[in-house]
Amino acid sequence: MALKIVKGSIDRMFDKNLQDLVRGIRNHKEDEAKYISTCIDEIKQELKQDNIAVKANAVCKLTYLQMLGYDVSWAAFNIVEVMSSSKFTYKRIGYLAASQCFHESTDVIMLTTNQIRKDLSSPNQYDTGVALTGLSCFVTPDLARDLANDIMTLMSHTKPYIRKKAVLIMYKVFLKYPESLRPAFPRLKEKLEDPDPGVQSAAVNVICELARRNPKNYLSLAPLFFKLMTSSTNNWVLIKIIKLFGALTPLEPRLGKKLIEPLTNLIHRWEEIPSLKVCHMLISLSSGMPNHSASIQVSLRGPLPINSMFVVLVKYLGLLAMSKILKTHPKSVQSHKDLILQCLDDKDESIRLRALDLLYGMVSKKNLMEIVKKLMLHVDKAEGTTYRDELLTKIIDICSQSNYQYITNFEWYISILVELTRLEGTRHGHLIASQMLDVAIRVKAIRVFAVAQMATLLDNAHLMTGNVQRKGICEVLYAAAWICGEFSEHLENPTQTLEAMLRPKVATLPGHIQAVYVQNAAKLFATVLKSQEGNTDSTAAQETSQLMIERLPLFVQSANLEVQERASCILQLVKYIQKLQQKDVEVAEEVIALFDGELNPVAPKAQKKVPVPEGLDLDAWINEPPSESESEDDQPKAIFAKEETKHSRTRHTEVDEKELAKVSWAEHATQIVYLYSGVYQEAPGVEHIPVVQIDLSVPLKVPGLPMSDQYVKLEEERRQKERVEKKKKDKKKRKEKGGGRRKKRDSGPESEEDITPAHMVDIVTEEMPEVQQICANRTKDKKSSKHKKKKQKKEKEDKEKKKKKKHHHHHHHSDGGGEESVQNGTMEEEEPLPVTSFSLSSSSKENDIQGNLQDGSQVVVSVIFENKCDSFLKSMEFNVLDSLNSKLQRPEGSGPHDGLTVPFQLPPGVSNEARFVFTVQSIVMPQKLKGTLTFIVKDSSTHEKLDFKLHFTCSSYLITTPCYSDAFAKLLESGDLKCSSVRLEGVSQPFHHLLARICFHHHFSVVERVDSCASMYSRSIQGHHVCLLVKTSGQTVSIDAKCDEPTLLGNVLDEIKQTFSQC
Amino acid sequence: MIKAILIFNNHGKPRLSKFYEHYNEDTEQQIIRETFHLVSKRDENVCNFLEGGMLIGGSDYRLIYRHYATLYFVFCVDSSESELGILDLIQVFVETLDKCFENVCELDLIFHVDKVHNILAEMVMGGMVLETNMNEIITQVDSQNKMEKSETFIFQSTRQDR
Repeated sequence: MALKIVKGSIDRMFDKNLQDLVRGIRNHKEDEAKYISTCIDEIKQELKQDNIAVKANAVCKLTYLQMLGYDVSWAAFNIVEVMSSSKFTYKRIGYLAASQCFHESTDVIMLTTNQIRKDLSSPNQYDTGVALTGLSCFVTPDLARDLANDIMTLMSHTKPYIRKKAVLIMYKVFLKYPESLRPAFPRLKEKLEDPDPGVQSAAVNVICELARRNPKNYLSLAPLFFKLMTSSTNNWVLIKIIKLFGALTPLEPRLGKKLIEPLTNLIHRWEEIPSLKVCHMLISLSSGMPNHSASIQVSLRGPLPINSMFVVLVKYLGLLAMSKILKTHPKSVQSHKDLILQCLDDKDESIRLRALDLLYGMVSKKNLMEIVKKLMLHVDKAEGTTYRDELLTKIIDICSQSNYQYITNFEWYISILVELTRLEGTRHGHLIASQMLDVAIRVKAIRVFAVAQMATLLDNAHLMTGNVQRKGICEVLYAAAWICGEFSEHLENPTQTLEAMLRPKVATLPGHIQAVYVQNAAKLFATVLKSQEGNTDSTAAQETSQLMIERLPLFVQSANLEVQERASCILQLVKYIQKLQQKDVEVAEEVIALFDGELNPVAPKAQKKVPVPEGLDLDAWINEPPSESESEDDQPKAIFAKEETKHSRTRHTEVDEKELAKVSWAEHATQIVYLYSGVYQEAPGVEHIPVVQIDLSVPLKVPGLPMSDQYVKLEEERRQKERVEKKKKDKKKRKEKGGGRRKKRDSGPESEEDITPAHMVDIVTEEMPEVQQICANRTKDKKSSKHKKKKQKKEKEDKEKKKKKKHHHHHHHSDGGGEESVQNGTMEEEEPLPVTSFSLSSSSKENDIQGNLQDGSQVVVSVIFENKCDSFLKSMEFNVLDSLNSKLQRPEGSGPHDGLTVPFQLPPGVSNEARFVFTVQSIVMPQKLKGTLTFIVKDSSTHEKLDFKLHFTCSSYLITTPCYSDAFAKLLESGDLKCSSVRLEGVSQPFHHLLARICFHHHFSVVERVDSCASMYSRSIQGHHVCLLVKTSGQTVSIDAKCDEPTLLGNVLDEIKQTFSQC
Repeated sequence: MIKAILIFNNHGKPRLSKFYEHYNEDTEQQIIRETFHLVSKRDENVCNFLEGGMLIGGSDYRLIYRHYATLYFVFCVDSSESELGILDLIQVFVETLDKCFENVCELDLIFHVDKVHNILAEMVMGGMVLETNMNEIITQVDSQNKMEKSETFIFQSTRQDR
């Protein structure tokens, strides 16, 4: 025995320990990953040995590797082994490793319960301590339930070291197993008065955390904490208690008064420690005790400690405190406006962000323009997009808060928004856009101005789309286009705007913006027609139609469905209009009628006012609810019975419909915010909407892009004027009254209420007109689009057929080559080179793509690159156009359109394989991804491009999974599989060849074969079961199939059919 | 609650990472990178608190950090912890390391990360502050080390001296 131990120790001398590992990694800087993988292999060897010392050493190294980002969960069982060693040294290593890598879903955790229990009751206090520390990191609900009693006993252990750990871990136990709180609480409360300060502090800690979640329940402990606060000398405990009181005082205001005295005592006691702590006290207090805000002012400005670091700390904490006070006592913070604005200039971003938060609560009608002007200055100066974006959102937040209540001049606000669009690389384009829309819709008086601004924006759209980095901001064009279209009657020069909207550049914008462009171009077109038809010369109107007809095809070709649909619909409409125009028919009125009706703002809750049509019961079932037992009782014994197909299918759709109906009603209730009231304007109640038009004292026409600054001046002037007028009036009044009492207002600066806004916002909160048949007007243009849709569909089908043919060809090719090696994955789509389209006719390459499947959403595609030309190929870049469903996984930090560098170069005649990972969301449909490979041919050093398509068939998502016949039968009987079938005619192959083909190409495995009949099984990467029953008689093969996902099944069957149609 | 404690050097190399909530290894590495990115670009004489880690926590969470020579000590905490308290705790942690390693430097942390973990375990447990008294921490760490020594064989102790 002894010999064995000695031998083990000698062995160990030759093993690497942690230090050696670290040293080794540091010596292999170039090939670190390779070195570590050899180390992991060594560790795996070490873990297989019996000697616990060797194992512990291995686990210790694994803990280090875990920190470097290596997954070590495979060693979980070995960690448990080391944890259960009787030696403290190894136990500690084991528990450390467990605390670093165990979590709730680690399955070996349930093996540890007894070991931990044993350690908890160990006579050695450090065994217990180490177990408690480890447990605090990986406690699960099960462990908490099983060990709660043991830990509770430890709370009254004789050693304070154990007591404090046990008290602290109880919080974790409460979290995982809340039932334990009630029995443990009395003991926890007892520990607040423990003689040991460490235990006391732990108990305070736990109760503070608990109270944060639910302060009410802990009010009764207030007297106890009160006592602790006066007696304790531990700063940590004091801070915690004060935080706790901060949470309690809002619930019990009397507490605040009581606290003042002991707190002032504390402050005096801490005076020798620089005002840091003092300040901190106040901060914790502030939430509950407004009276102290004055003192915070002192600590912000007053004599500050010598150390400059303290200054910034105090500044930050002071601002933090102010934001707390702001919630309860905004007035006391508002007086520090200048101070806070100064903080915006601070070089520390944390402080600036805090100051920004405060500004929100400080604005008033009077100072809004001034504050925003300051902020705009900062926007220009700001470095780093995060801070700038933060500024931008804050400006918009500040301005739009409580229904724009602080904005007096909306022209100013629009100009601010327009100025913000000039920001480089902001992410908040949509925010600006929604503000523009909101203001333009709700402030009627501003529309003329807004439309003029938006037209300029559209004209200068190239400024926004030119740079790739400015992508976010082009969202603004969405709003601009819509506003110009909707309120086109206010446009100065509609023809010019129409042209701007139909520029070819527009095609580079994101799809949803193009769609809005197209739709609004149509609205504009209507307006232009109307103005032109009035003239005697009809050519102008016809020219406009011609312009539309020339430019719209660009959008008809768009890849975006929405754009395509709208464009082709409108194109057809315009063609028709042109026909009429040529016959000298006046069409403008009718075209305008398409877009008749006006937008009225409607409150979010307005839907409630729409009466439910008679006889419609929203809660009633549309169809009878499906009975759960039905399917099981009636299920025919035959597995692949045809009748069942129908049955299960229909049932499925029924449920869907029901759900759909429910959902759509729910959506209606919450989402409709704007409704067209159109001709129903006269409906009673519309007048309720407060729309106040005020004549503007500001000249409306501003050439070019507006500058918001001028508004600040103008606003001043306007107010001045108003003030003068008011004074006059007052004087008159006074004269009438015979020199009555003087009003305060005259002498002092004007008060808040005196500032009248230049424009009014339609503020609609609850009330809303009784609108019933609101949308009627808008349906007209939809009808005309129906025609178009059909045509498109046909076109699409044609296209698809072509694709299929092409696909067929590829398959054949790859079959002939027989190159692909399929493991558990699948071969997929390869694209033969369009050699002719190459500038280098001698160079030829071949990609051969195999899918390799992993977990539920990832697919690995291995591509074989073969250089068939005589030149050296280098700098290959592989890129795929992501679809919504499938995305190429790119390294962190690269954009969604960046290519992946292929990690090798290709000498002539050499082939190599590269792997690319795709994430796939839905696997029920096959799909194609377009991609390009760019590379440099060394001799000519030119960039070459090779287009290819990756075809993800549904079969490629299947994994060959063996299945036993009894399990198979059970699966079929379970009744939750949908059924489908297919017949293949004229298959002359022997039956076993046929089965082999299905197995090979579609990843099935044969479960059972009886004569000319076989059952097969496969599983998708997302766990769908697919079962086949293949029968053959003569040249006809019939395949009955079952799967829990009908779409997937249909596609797989299609693919099988295709495989056989090729031979 | 403390959500994570990270130590990394001026180049972002992790020297110690302790997460009190489970993340998978990749996310952990991402968090370390992000935190390093946030902390490293800040000047020396600005305040030690910052918000804005996207991966960890959210708005309730703050990073509280201190920079010592080549190392950053970063604590990610929620609003129940006091900023200055944690700053103090970092100081206690570093002083304790200094006592235990006798003039601690980055190399000590590189080669003895297990020991650093053991020291930390005496200060913070499961995300909650266990002990702030330096003497108490050192006493406990020392007596555990003594126990470890009494268990080891002659062979191993010679090795450790190497």
